[in-house]
Amino acid sequence: MAFTAMVGARIRRREDPRLITGRATYVDDVRQVGTVYAAFVRSPYGHAKITSIDTSAAKGDPHVLAVYTGEDLHHAHNLKASLPVAHKMPDLKTPPHYVLALDEVRVIGEAVAIVVADSPYTARDAAEKVVVEYDELPAVVDTEKAAAGPPYVHESLGTNVAFTMPFSAGDPDKAFAEADVVVKQRIVNQRVAPVPIEPRSMVANYDAGMQQLTLYSATQIPHLLRTQLAIVLGLPENKIRAIAPEVGGGFGAKLNVYAEEVVVSWVAMQLERPVKYIETRSECFQAMIHGRDQIDDLEIAAKNDGTITGLRLKITANMGAYHQLLTPVVPTLTLLMAHGCYKFENIQAEVVGVFTNTMSTDAYRGAGRPEATFFIERAIDMVAQRLKLDPADVRRKNFIANSAFPHTTATGLTYDSGDYETTMDKALALADYTGLRKRQEELRKQGRYLGIGLSTYVEVCGMGPSAAMPAAGWDSATIRIEPTGSITVLTGVSPHGQGQETTFAQIVADELGVPIDQISVIHGDTDKVQYGVGTFGSRGTAVGGAALKLAIDTIQAKAIKIAAHQWEANPDDLEYRDGKIQVKGDPSKTMSTPEAGFLAFMGDNLPPGLEPGLDATRRFEPPNFVFPFGTHICVVEVDAQSGQVEVVKYFAVDDCGRLINPMIAGGQVHGGIAQGLSQALFEEVVYDDRGQLLTGTLMDYAIPHAEQVPHYELDHTVTPTTVNPLGIKGIGEAGTIGSTPAVANAVIDALAPFGVVHIDMPLKPEKLWAAMQAKPTNGSVQ
Amino acid sequence: MQIDLTVNGKRASLDVEPRLLLAHALRDYLNLTGTHIGCDTSSCGACTVLLDGVSVKSCTVFAVQASGHAVTTIEGIGNADSLHPMQEAFWSAHGLQCGYCTTGMIVSAVDLLQRNPDPSDDEIRAGLEGNLCRCTGYENIVKAVRAAGAAMRSGEARHSVNELMPIHPPREEPPPSGEGIIPQQLQETKA
Ligand code: FES
Ligand code: FES
Repeated sequence: MAFTAMVGARIRRREDPRLITGRATYVDDVRQVGTVYAAFVRSPYGHAKITSIDTSAAKGDPHVLAVYTGEDLHHAHNLKASLPVAHKMPDLKTPPHYVLALDEVRVIGEAVAIVVADSPYTARDAAEKVVVEYDELPAVVDTEKAAAGPPYVHESLGTNVAFTMPFSAGDPDKAFAEADVVVKQRIVNQRVAPVPIEPRSMVANYDAGMQQLTLYSATQIPHLLRTQLAIVLGLPENKIRAIAPEVGGGFGAKLNVYAEEVVVSWVAMQLERPVKYIETRSECFQAMIHGRDQIDDLEIAAKNDGTITGLRLKITANMGAYHQLLTPVVPTLTLLMAHGCYKFENIQAEVVGVFTNTMSTDAYRGAGRPEATFFIERAIDMVAQRLKLDPADVRRKNFIANSAFPHTTATGLTYDSGDYETTMDKALALADYTGLRKRQEELRKQGRYLGIGLSTYVEVCGMGPSAAMPAAGWDSATIRIEPTGSITVLTGVSPHGQGQETTFAQIVADELGVPIDQISVIHGDTDKVQYGVGTFGSRGTAVGGAALKLAIDTIQAKAIKIAAHQWEANPDDLEYRDGKIQVKGDPSKTMSTPEAGFLAFMGDNLPPGLEPGLDATRRFEPPNFVFPFGTHICVVEVDAQSGQVEVVKYFAVDDCGRLINPMIAGGQVHGGIAQGLSQALFEEVVYDDRGQLLTGTLMDYAIPHAEQVPHYELDHTVTPTTVNPLGIKGIGEAGTIGSTPAVANAVIDALAPFGVVHIDMPLKPEKLWAAMQAKPTNGSVQ
Repeated sequence: MQIDLTVNGKRASLDVEPRLLLAHALRDYLNLTGTHIGCDTSSCGACTVLLDGVSVKSCTVFAVQASGHAVTTIEGIGNADSLHPMQEAFWSAHGLQCGYCTTGMIVSAVDLLQRNPDPSDDEIRAGLEGNLCRCTGYENIVKAVRAAGAAMRSGEARHSVNELMPIHPPREEPPPSGEGIIPQQLQETKA
């Protein structure tokens, strides 16, 4: 960019005044006259036949407007469609996923009936009055047991295996035959819950006169949601308006199309009244998608010098009872990233997706890539431990060299750029790695167990080329220069905390030379904004911002034509410089973008053939993913008496290319680290054998408090990408991807004197304490 | 039941069910939607308000229990014309992302500084243990509370949103990386 005043500046976010003063409008804050309230009757069983439903008591309640069951929807009202799953897998088993259960429930919390009443309290009262009789069926929650045979989640399939995907590259058999050492490990990547602090929230209204359905929903994908509603409800898409107002966190869990969104919309059409449904946190734990839940069986072949020559991998992924929007895609992303930032040529792998009587897994911050980074970073440490090498040296030995970019991986990705050694060296220096190792030695002699964990990650994001996505991968932007000079930006992405109202305005302010307070960035309303794909997969700025840059280019080119006509000059002799139009190299006479916009509005003095108005809508189709990378170093001390982990220090050096607002990018890294660290140490969704959820509230499921996370020390390197015109890579998921293995490696490193090679997450004190009952050896490695 | 309470300095008389939670009374009867609800187990703190000046989780208080008492919600802590130093500090330090936890977090932090005007980072972290944030990793929240404490101890005047809203820096000399846009003490040395 020619001029950078705002881009690169740590300006305060422009969305914040409404948020800090309590004046923002989240879905639950939407007030519409005549609103009625929904409550769902949900399955108390993991797997059961519904033998009868008696709604008469609820219907007799004077506060109740309506009660509907699956039967009502499917038979009386002919709403037979199944919830969507977006995939391009030829042999995927896709059992029907009805919006209200029909005859059978397959997961605890599955919606069985909806009750609508005149207040949220009366709706819940009435939901209690719906009497559902069940015959409990045998449930299966263990992924490997489910893969092996009955009971079946979907009896008609005759299997619980949703798909298998074999993969092979290079010559893995030869690599293993010629290996000096082979490290084998089974790694469980436990199920976690996303827990945005705002639960799922929606309010639907139907304007019978206009025949228009409006759904406010806490979603990351208003346009995709609209498309899917049109399909499932059988409505014309131009009669549906989806609005994502302020959204209180998503982390992938709001990148979905939920049964409740469909049912609430449908009920609003029946009643012709606004229907609001705000789930409780307990419902959220049951019925919002979960993340991870993979078993990764790993074999690594290595030479004595630490060179890794082969990888054998079996990914067994728990899909849950049904597919949600991207359920089967997530474990395939794990395979795609199985080599991390290393030059692994010989890979043999198999991915198996398995149905169980649990909530669907789907995209949770990182979606498949954290699982890959976790096992590969653990594997590198295990190789180092076995060969008595420093884990940093083993990483260095196996990195894809700077000279090798663009680098095509064994799984077929092309990494356009990278510089893994520089970020690692910067992180090692920042952490004083050599000093830390010395300190570790000293403390071990005193019976204190310091652990140092590295993670050198690369991730694939900026989702993504349309050809590589289950649905469209592009995104869009519109810029309008309004007659009085203010600028309206409409973005197809749907931020919910990522700050694009600020960062996009920063870009436009610089490029079009207007004060930032004259720029308004609008998102999240399908009746205002052109079709956009949404915010997920660290794509908001990498794809949506790139579309914005294209729109800026179009505006500038047209403004230059307008100025040239005014000045009787040749457009080729003019340029944008510092946000204004001037004759090349001559700043004595300038025209601002708003001035050009005003002339374009007046329309009476434009070059022949040029349309009036100064606006542009552009779409960016990414030619490739982007590949941010970095090194995280975690330092922990594990108390031998209690197994308690103290995170002493945390360092992260990330590379997401150019930074539009370093303060916002840093915030994304902080939050990501906290989530990834929390998976390593605290979080775990647990079902019992009958499919009862044992971690169903915030009392039973641990997300960290301020005291449980450390201070993070950040730095970055800048390796721009050529994949998009801004040179930027996504940063939304990097922290989560980098942190989990760094923390786990640190804890396991602390326990190395006890002969520990691997412990599955979450690394809770009781597990660590048990492992520390062995007699410690004095050396730093076993 | 008839209840009378003072909310953000104004008298309010409401006719409520005995089981109505204060959080719902504030949100649904008084339209003060800045108080958020994030859980059903008193765990998240999104609903925090001041009851007679002391922080409470309004999802854990019945509206009838607030009768005869004074409630301060985020809307009463400050507004666009006159931000509370805590609100300003959350803004300047990037102590929020999605904003859902933020209103309750700010109210809790205001309460914390009333009890301890100059807390250490550890005391801030411990003092906010009743409030969950899933977005920020708490780093910038701690920084914000520290900055607000400093501002309040030095008796700094309140600012309005307009005074603080970033506008285009002077064209002639683009400042390196936003110097002068955010107070120096809030700039991270590294990001
Ligand atoms: S809503 Fe009150 S503590 Fe969560
Ligand atoms: S800012 Fe989103 S939960 Fe705290």
